[in-house]
Amino acid sequence: MAKRIDVSGLTAYYGSHKAIEDISMTVEPRSVTAFIGPSGCGKSTFLRTLNRMHEVTPGGRVEGKVLLDDEDLYGAGIDPVSVRREVGMVFQRPNPFPTMSIFDNVAAGLRLNGKFKKSELNDVVEKSLKGANLWNEVKDRLNKPGSGLSGGQQQRLCIARAIAVEPKVLLMDEPCSALDPISTLAIEDLIGELKERFTIVIVTHNMQQAARVSDRTAFFNLSAVGQPGRLIEIDDTERIFSNPSVQATEDYISGRFG
Amino acid sequence: MDISTQTTDASPPTPPPTEAERKRAARGATRPGDRIFLGLTRGSGILLLVIMAAMAVFLTYRASLAISKDHGNFLTTFEWNTNLNPPVFGIAVLAFGTVVSSIVAMVLAVPIAVAIALFLTHYAPRKLSGPIAYVIDLLAAVPSIVYGLWGALILVPHMQGLYGWLNDYFGWTGILSWEGGAPRAMLTVGILLAIMILPIITNVSREVFRQVPQMHEEAALALGATRWEVVRMAVLPFGRSGVISASMLGLGRALGETMAVATVLSPSYDIQASLLDPGGGTFAQNIASKFGEATEQGRDALIASGLVLFVITLVVNGAARAIIARRKEYSGANA
Repeated sequence: MAKRIDVSGLTAYYGSHKAIEDISMTVEPRSVTAFIGPSGCGKSTFLRTLNRMHEVTPGGRVEGKVLLDDEDLYGAGIDPVSVRREVGMVFQRPNPFPTMSIFDNVAAGLRLNGKFKKSELNDVVEKSLKGANLWNEVKDRLNKPGSGLSGGQQQRLCIARAIAVEPKVLLMDEPCSALDPISTLAIEDLIGELKERFTIVIVTHNMQQAARVSDRTAFFNLSAVGQPGRLIEIDDTERIFSNPSVQATEDYISGRFG
Repeated sequence: MDISTQTTDASPPTPPPTEAERKRAARGATRPGDRIFLGLTRGSGILLLVIMAAMAVFLTYRASLAISKDHGNFLTTFEWNTNLNPPVFGIAVLAFGTVVSSIVAMVLAVPIAVAIALFLTHYAPRKLSGPIAYVIDLLAAVPSIVYGLWGALILVPHMQGLYGWLNDYFGWTGILSWEGGAPRAMLTVGILLAIMILPIITNVSREVFRQVPQMHEEAALALGATRWEVVRMAVLPFGRSGVISASMLGLGRALGETMAVATVLSPSYDIQASLLDPGGGTFAQNIASKFGEATEQGRDALIASGLVLFVITLVVNGAARAIIARRKEYSGANA
């Protein structure tokens, strides 16, 4: 079941450098929220705090609260490993495991959860690949390496891998920036289907993409280089792109910035 | 008049490039610098092949002289009497000892080296991994005769306890039984060789593990993998071929190690079923201990044994390459 994300007063650091400051927002279940903003504004950093991937970077630490329904991801005694099993992630560059077949890539997360029964794996792998609109293209070569697929197929394989473990939330960090327009369209269509089942948060540099796929859009900005990134505003996508309440947002989406 | 027609008019018609010119251009070697560099690199490559061929010809020729006079069976005789007339010698004991001591060394060294490399790249804090890596580099720089002396003076006298313990609990297997002789046996040799090849395997493995792309490790982390699961899913499979190559480098050193074996082993020309009973020999140790006093005919016989070592090394390397190539499409290289 998709879950609601509730962030309050979140600040993230790289060592002594404050990357993002005092971010609060709510993401509704079964919706798509897009993060837009200039490079270095901290939108990817913020995304990575939502599944505790930020702290993997040496020196990375976080203050504030992230509630997944009612559970604080940064609460005492919460294991980051179990957080990441609830909150899946798709990265900027497609990163299927190069040493694994297509089947094993999708099954990787299931095996981590202790599911090894062949029949069960077969079912979930097929369901996940169908869910990622990849099944028809790969069903005859499930035992071939995942790295032999095209970039767009690899990214859909990564999405299949992420959804195979039935996460509550799916985070996507610029999932289409390494893809051609046709593969991008395939992923965007897929996002529209996946939001029926998951809460989706997507970082994108492509504002048309944000407008096409998301229900809500958050605009991030930083006042100067070296300053922490901040959330400027978050609103319905339609409103952000037609009549935003902050001038800086309008300047950015209409190309008058810098 | 515009510029393009002017230049066309001014330059004489160029003849079509010859076959040789086209080939050179395809290799990008039309300018002097490129041509010199091409010559140097190609020359180095050819020189290497010439040296290999010269060694093979020399070894084969001298070996054939010796083998044709051998009155024993070169492959199966348990004897090395090259000064008899006719001489009787065979490599059975040497081949057995070389292979067994190297297997023992690999079994001990590879898991430990891989574990150290993983620790240094994925577990140890940065402040600790630097100094440890430096110490391991130092280990690789210790000359083998020093290892040999250390083995003979320190390791051998301290092996009694281990030998007794192994005999008590695993003596029934036959290969770990001990009759109480001095522990100058294949197990001690294997342990010493393991210590000697540990640094090279560790260093190469460490380099390979360090090059695992961040994105593969993050992919595993994002699926909810623990640190060990990240290592198992992303790091070890990616580093697999590199670890095999590293092991082959170590094995090459173990197969050819001379002084360390010669100082620790008490040699004989028979095969001991147990790793704990002294005796046996290796190719390199046998050559080192016999070469000084060998006659012309004796030297040819030693060269013949060297040729066998050469062939064993080639076969082992070929096998390792075959293992790596078999899973090429799954290697990290095309990611």
